[in-house]
Amino acid sequence: MKLANKDMQDDLLKQIPEVKNPNFLVGQIDYIVNLIRSNSIWPMTFGLACCAIEMMHAYTARYDLDRFGSMPRPSPRQSDVIIVAGTLTNKMAAAYRRVYDQMAEPRYVISMGSCANSGGYYHYSYSVVRGCDRVTPVDIYVPGCPPTPEALLYGLLQLQKKIRRTGKLWR
Amino acid sequence: MAVNMASYYIPSESQLEKLTKLAQHFNTAYNDVLIGESFINTDQLIIQIHKDNLLKFLEKLKITYGFQQLIDIIGVDYPAKVERFEVIYNLLNLSNNLRVMVKTFVGEQDYLESCSKLYTNSDWLEREIWDMFGIYFKNHKDLRRILTDFGFEGHPLRKDFPLVGFSEIYFDEINKNVAYKPVELDAEYRDYDYQNPWLKDIEVDTFKHLQEKDKVMKKLDD
Repeated sequence: MKLANKDMQDDLLKQIPEVKNPNFLVGQIDYIVNLIRSNSIWPMTFGLACCAIEMMHAYTARYDLDRFGSMPRPSPRQSDVIIVAGTLTNKMAAAYRRVYDQMAEPRYVISMGSCANSGGYYHYSYSVVRGCDRVTPVDIYVPGCPPTPEALLYGLLQLQKKIRRTGKLWR
Repeated sequence: MAVNMASYYIPSESQLEKLTKLAQHFNTAYNDVLIGESFINTDQLIIQIHKDNLLKFLEKLKITYGFQQLIDIIGVDYPAKVERFEVIYNLLNLSNNLRVMVKTFVGEQDYLESCSKLYTNSDWLEREIWDMFGIYFKNHKDLRRILTDFGFEGHPLRKDFPLVGFSEIYFDEINKNVAYKPVELDAEYRDYDYQNPWLKDIEVDTFKHLQEKDKVMKKLDD
């Protein structure tokens, strides 16, 4: 059995010496909760432009985000993270904020590609939001135009790390 | 065959024959309607026509000449001209593999006749022209914006429309909604000049430098 917190488990085993093969798990509740949370990040599919193609590649067999416990959900109610993959236009901004508001806490945002990070190529356009952080808070920025699936994968691993490190029960 | 444009697509002989025949026919039969003579560019026949005669001419093209398909409607803005906009209808005759471009000219205060009863797909194409250039189409059943934001002001493909637009989006923390504000840019748009302004001087300088070097060498030799 994998131990959540080795020290605490050992302390407990010292107090109860007759238990040889423990069939239970001991740890701080926030540690365990964050372990579970970080290994089941379900992304909301929010493909807006060509970055979405790379995002799809990240889900499929070669890169396989499923092995990190994340599978795309079509509903914001079931998802933990929203991956903004592509150009966020003015017309889409209100819809994006609505989707973000519908997500349950704790929720995270990955901004994928230079368009979502800062407007990128369309920074001086009349119809594009200059970075999705103008509309919602963002946790991870993945650079690139478009970022490779590896880059997105790395971003997701960084998010896992962030969840484990800043671990609280309620955000 | 008079094809003066350098062409990436070379039309077949029979196709060019058909096009030239068509051009000659239009130039004689519709002499009073057309502006100038119709001519062939690569593989397309280009016809210029006054906007009042446009709808009847399109109807004739569709029914008697078999141009059944409207491929696209294109708008161009020439701000210096009196009739500022140029609207181009791309038509295709599927059975003969022929293409025609019909050009009309519209001023800022003028309108065009909608051809959505002839070609049903022109409904959305005309909406796009209205959205981007602000050219009004009479008898259009539902002339709204199609691409730009709800409540958008101005027509972005006009040459006098500023690139960054007038408003940008932010999240209003007090009212908890997405709101608009006038554009503020941290860095102004820069137009980069890729020609090296020093290149000419450098060439002259290197030449001078070599000349001086020669002089010095000669002096040393003496």
